[in-house]
Amino acid sequence: MTRQMTGAQMVVQALKDQGVDTVFGYPGGAVLPIYDEIFKQNDIRHILVRHEQGATHAAEGYARSTGKPGVVLVTSGPGATNAVTGMTDALMDSIPMIVLSGQVPTFMIGTDGFQEADTVGITRPCSKHNWLVKDTDKLAQTIHQAFHVATSGRPGPVLVDIPKDVQFATGTYKPPSKTLTGHYNPQVKGDIAAITELVEAMETAERPVFYTGGGVINSGVAASQLLRELVAGTGFPITSTLMGLGAYPASGDNWLGMLGMHGTYEANLAMHDCDLMINIGARFDDRITGRIDAFSPKSRKAHIDIDASSINKVIHVDIPILGDVGHVLEDLLKIWKSRGRKTNAAGLKKWWSTIETWRAKDCLSYKNTDKLIKPQYAMQRLEALTKGYDRYIATEVGQHQMWAAQFLGFEDPNRWMTSGGLGTMGYGVPASIGAQVAHPDALVINVAGDASFLMNMQEMGTATQFRLPVKQFILNNERLGMVRQWQELLHGERYSHSWSEALPDFVKLAEAFGAKGIYCDNPADLDDAIMEMINHDGPVIFDCVVEKHENCFPMIPSGKPHNEMLLGEASTAGAIETGGAVLV
Amino acid sequence: MSALSLKKGASRKSAYDLKSPLSDVLETHTIAVLVDNEAGVLARVIGLFSGRGYNIDSLTVAEVDHTGHLSRITIVTTGTPAVIQQIKAQLARIVPVHDVHDLTVEGPSVERELAMLKVGGSGEKRVEAMRLAEIFRASVVDTTLESFVFEITGAPDKIDAFVDLMRPLGLIEIARTGVAAISRGVKAQT
Repeated sequence: MTRQMTGAQMVVQALKDQGVDTVFGYPGGAVLPIYDEIFKQNDIRHILVRHEQGATHAAEGYARSTGKPGVVLVTSGPGATNAVTGMTDALMDSIPMIVLSGQVPTFMIGTDGFQEADTVGITRPCSKHNWLVKDTDKLAQTIHQAFHVATSGRPGPVLVDIPKDVQFATGTYKPPSKTLTGHYNPQVKGDIAAITELVEAMETAERPVFYTGGGVINSGVAASQLLRELVAGTGFPITSTLMGLGAYPASGDNWLGMLGMHGTYEANLAMHDCDLMINIGARFDDRITGRIDAFSPKSRKAHIDIDASSINKVIHVDIPILGDVGHVLEDLLKIWKSRGRKTNAAGLKKWWSTIETWRAKDCLSYKNTDKLIKPQYAMQRLEALTKGYDRYIATEVGQHQMWAAQFLGFEDPNRWMTSGGLGTMGYGVPASIGAQVAHPDALVINVAGDASFLMNMQEMGTATQFRLPVKQFILNNERLGMVRQWQELLHGERYSHSWSEALPDFVKLAEAFGAKGIYCDNPADLDDAIMEMINHDGPVIFDCVVEKHENCFPMIPSGKPHNEMLLGEASTAGAIETGGAVLV
Repeated sequence: MSALSLKKGASRKSAYDLKSPLSDVLETHTIAVLVDNEAGVLARVIGLFSGRGYNIDSLTVAEVDHTGHLSRITIVTTGTPAVIQQIKAQLARIVPVHDVHDLTVEGPSVERELAMLKVGGSGEKRVEAMRLAEIFRASVVDTTLESFVFEITGAPDKIDAFVDLMRPLGLIEIARTGVAAISRGVKAQT
C-alpha cells in the first residue's frame, strides 16, 4: 500500500517494515527530522551511543549475536566519518549493517556547508554499496534495497545518505516488495558436479581436514547444524578460523582447536600435512596461511564460498564451489549419503593417530604460578565459571583476544563477537553492548586489554543509561601486549611506546560511570572475584592484573609455514627473519 | 610445431586453454562491463583498480541504453592470469554491475579507438603528413595554413603507428578516446 508521508517518516516506516527493533545512533543537525519521528513512536528502540564508532560496533555485536542486520543512524560530516572504522570492520568480517546518515540539503551539496562531507565518496571503499538519495519518492525503495544488499550474498555494510531537505519533503512511500527490485541476486546453490567431485575426493582421502570460517556462521544456524552432521558422519577432523568459532562445538570429538598464527599445533600441522583440505566459508587469510608458497603443499583443496572473488584470490584451489554454505552442505550431505556414506576408514584411523601425537604436545600449556595471575589462567577460570551460563563473549584486539579464542570454548554459533579481518582495537566494549541489547538476560562478557578498553570506554555511559549489565573483563598487563611481543621478537626488545603509562584506576573509572569496579591481582582471589562480577546485576569493569611479559603461544612467525611454529617457552631469538619482518 | 609444445599462455586464440592459472606471464585483456548508469559507478570501478593495485591501460565509458539506464565500460588491463581472473570476479561483485565480459577470451572481437592529432608545419613536411594520413585513412577535420587536425580510427596499434609517423612531421597535440570493443557475430553479450 502506497502512502504519502515525509522522508523522515519514511525512514522510520521502512525500518519498521524491515522488522527492525533496535537502532544505534547519535543525533545531529542533519538527522533531526528523523529523530523527531523516532520521538513520536515506540516500536523501534533507539540506543544512544557516546561516539558514532561505538554505534557501528554495537550494531556489529547486535548483528553477529542475532543473525539480523544491525542498523546505525548518524548525522552528516563527523557523524558519518566516525562511522567509517566500524563500516570497514563490518566489510572485512562480512557483517550485515545498514548505516543511515544525514546530509546537508541537496541545494547545499558541494558548497562545503557546515558538517558537510562527501559521505558516499568516503564510504565507497568501505561499504558493499551506498546511495545518496536526492528524491523523497525514491527513499523508501532505496532503504529496502539497502537491506536486501546488506543481507544477501556475502553480507556487508551499506550506507544510505539522506539530505535534510529530502527528510522534510513529502513523497510516496512504497512498502518492501516480495519480488526483487534491481538485478542484485547472488547465487546460493552450488554446482552439483563440483559438489560431487568433492564427495568423491572425501570418499578416498587419507588425511582430510575441514577448515571452516565465518561464512558458516553467516549462513545461519542451519548451516552449523549441517556442518556438525557432516563432521559426525565422516569422522574428519575440523579446525576453524577466529571468525568461525562456535559453528562446530569446542567440546566436539573432532575439534582440533583454532588454526592460524596463534592456533593450535595440531590444527596447523593437520592443515600442513593433509591430503584434502575442505575450506567451508573461510578465505585463506594471511593469519591462516602463513607463507603462501609453503602452505599445505601436499593437499587437494576445495573451497566453498559465496563470493567468487574469494576463490583463487590467495590460494589456488582444485575444487571451487560457489554458493551459500548452508545450501552447499545440504547438497553435499545428500550426495555423500546417496553414494553410501563412504570414507577411507583405514586412512582416517592412521591420520587420527598422527593427530593424537600432535595433540600430546599440549601446545596451550603454560607455566602457572600462585604469585600472580597468568592471563591464560584467568581465561581458564573465566571459562570454567561462566560456561554454564547463557553466555556471549566479545573481545578487543591483541593478546587477550588470542587467549580468549584459545581458552574459551564456544558450543554454538553467534556467541562470539570479535574483530577478525580489520583487527579494530575498541571493538569489544560497544560490541558487548550491542549483544546485550539483543539478549538482555544473557551473560555478556567483553574480554579486553587495558589499552583496547580505553579506545571506546565512553560507551560505558551507554551501558549505564540503558541498564545493560555488560561485564568488561580487562586482562591488564599495563602494556600493548601484542605490540610488545612483536617488539621482543622483531625489534631487539626495544619497547617503543608499548607501555600503557598513566593508566586510569579502573575501579574508580567504573564508579565514575555508575558501574561496579572489581580489582584482582591474586590468583587465589580470582574465582571469588569472577563470581562477584557474574552475580552483580549491572555493568562491571573487572581489572584483572596479570603477568606483564607473557607472550602468546603457539605462534607462527611471519613468513614461516605452518610446520615451523613456535611453542611456549621456546627460544624466540631470530624467530622472524628479514623476509618475514616486512609482513604484519 | 605441435600445439602441445607451445609455451603455456603463448596462444590466446587456441581452441584449447593451455594457460596455467598459476602462470606469471603478463597478459593484456579487454573487459566490457555493463553497469547501471547511476551516480558513482565509474568511481567504484576505478576505485577497485586503484585500491587493489591493478593496472588500467585504457578505459572508456558511455551510456549505451538510455531507457534501461545502462552504461558500458570498456577496460584494457594487464596482469597475470590469476590477477585477470580476480579483476573479473571483483568487478562482478560490484552491486550495480550487470555483466562482465572478457572479450579477449570469449571469441573474436573488434577493438577500435579514435584519435585526433594536431600536426603543424609547412612545405615538404606538410605534404608528407597529408600523404601518410591518406595511407592510414585518417581524415582532416580542421586545417589552417600551418596545421592539420587529423581524425583516425582503428585498433590501438594502428593509431600508435600513425602517431609515431607524425612525430617527426610536427606533431603538436594528441587526443585519444581509449578502446571501445565488441564481439564479432550476431550474438549480443548482454
